[in-house]
Amino acid sequence: MLKKLIGISLLGAAVLLTSCGDNGSTASGTTPTSTAATSDAASKIEVVGSTSVSPLIEKMAAEYNKTDANTKINIQAVGSSAGIKAAQDGTAQIGMSSRELKDSEKAQLTETKIAIDPIAVVTNPANGVENLTKDQIIGIFKGEIKNWKEVGGTDKPIVVVIREAGSGTRDAFEEIMKLTSEKDGKKISLVAQDAITADSNGAVKQNIATKENAIGYLSFGVVDDTVKGLSVDGVKPSTENVKNDTYLIKRPFLLVCKGEYDAAAKKFVDFIMSDAGQKMVEADGYISAK
Amino acid sequence: MKRKLTKLFEFSIEKLFLLSAVFCILALGTILIFVFYKGAPVIGKIGFLEFITGTIWQPQAEIFGILPMIVSSVYITLGTMVLAIPIGVLTAVYLSYLAPKKLAVFLRRSIDILASIPSVVYGFFGLMTIVPMIDKYLAKGTGGNGMLAAILILTIMVLPTIISVSETSLRSVSNSYREASLALGATEITTIFKVMVPAAKSGIFSSVILGVGRVLGEAMAVILVSGNAVQMPSSILSRVRTLSANCALEMGYAEGMHNEALYATGVILFGFIILLNILMYIVKTRSERKG
Repeated sequence: MLKKLIGISLLGAAVLLTSCGDNGSTASGTTPTSTAATSDAASKIEVVGSTSVSPLIEKMAAEYNKTDANTKINIQAVGSSAGIKAAQDGTAQIGMSSRELKDSEKAQLTETKIAIDPIAVVTNPANGVENLTKDQIIGIFKGEIKNWKEVGGTDKPIVVVIREAGSGTRDAFEEIMKLTSEKDGKKISLVAQDAITADSNGAVKQNIATKENAIGYLSFGVVDDTVKGLSVDGVKPSTENVKNDTYLIKRPFLLVCKGEYDAAAKKFVDFIMSDAGQKMVEADGYISAK
Repeated sequence: MKRKLTKLFEFSIEKLFLLSAVFCILALGTILIFVFYKGAPVIGKIGFLEFITGTIWQPQAEIFGILPMIVSSVYITLGTMVLAIPIGVLTAVYLSYLAPKKLAVFLRRSIDILASIPSVVYGFFGLMTIVPMIDKYLAKGTGGNGMLAAILILTIMVLPTIISVSETSLRSVSNSYREASLALGATEITTIFKVMVPAAKSGIFSSVILGVGRVLGEAMAVILVSGNAVQMPSSILSRVRTLSANCALEMGYAEGMHNEALYATGVILFGFIILLNILMYIVKTRSERKG
């Protein structure tokens, strides 16, 4: 118990610290162009947004700092919407988003797609079902379709495995598959209440690999031969089909900014879009945006 | 001069000890303040009653009800204790009075090792062995993650605590009790259960409370085997989420009010633990007064 509490308090301390940093950046970030004007002096880039994108950007920043040690890159993972907002009001030079921009946001922001994170619907390899329609998937996750024989499989119960609330993969999956309903401006998840909830891609995979009747969703990057990726509406989950826009369960990793990137930010974004940067994207299991 | 130095030395060593003691209190105080500071305001915002009696947990829609988690935590704790108390106390009795010396040493070592296995290992063990077994024989292909899996894993995890604390208290009962009872013609077993165990009952009770604390607080192992669905348990195979599992499960990506609600869950959990400690204190002082 005590150990756990200490863990919580440490986590909390980290949260406090980052939120303090947030205040600091508000002050320094209001005039981003002035700090970046002198490229020789130490410059600072505030990158704020999606918790799914930030691990990738952190690696990129570490790599980037090997050649340009003068640029300090501050990365804050606070969620896509908060990142987009920070870019809009100029608090951050770069916002990170793991969802498509809304039209109202597109009007105000420049977006750079740095990677694509496709989500595969996976089952146990022993499962005979190879293909599901979008509606069947929706029915299964809502808990309306409860038996594999209803979708062409054997007479076995369907065991649904999902991610925890707050997970970017879950948000993206539910949004793309229309598994949410709007109520008083709030998004309510329609996923079956009794679904097994796992707290990481690894845990989802482990559950599905050990349960013959399980179905779940995973980022492409973590799918291996312990689970089987299903075709959706007849389209195989492959890199090729993601790139030619036939496989539709995917989310973009976007960098956004208001107007133009300033000099320091531009250099960093150029690095991310370079061959070396895009190689890092692929090394992390995502699909290059190029 | 020399005496003065000795005195100074004594003084500073004493203060050093005091400092160590204060450190624990300080840590407890800081944690308490921190958890309440982060969690209490959001309880006010949601409404205390709504928070603890609500049955829907939809953090993205800012609906926070943790009654299913409270109920699940209580059920899992009760279930674990039903299994762990008899096994634990009987093992402690065996170790302290009946086991041959060599075997007792071996058993004690094994139990110590059991106590030092990290909880995530228990969790993985559960996920890879117990869960598939439940799936195959009891749950009929519906998964196997659920309350029963959590209870079985927690029983194994909590046994070392119950056994070692119970054993210590059983061994501290004066041997003259035992000799007197045997001299009066009572059998070994009668002596143990009518004389020794009752004499050690406050210690055994402490071991149970410590065990309950461990069960309530365990998150890692439970997350892996319990299924984590937020719903009222309807059978022993139901997928459930406990209070501590909730704190740990969603902390990774939670922002804003969602994040605070997780701390609020921690506040409620803290409440349970404090209640437990008060209970332990009352029972202890009572039995001391009697004894």
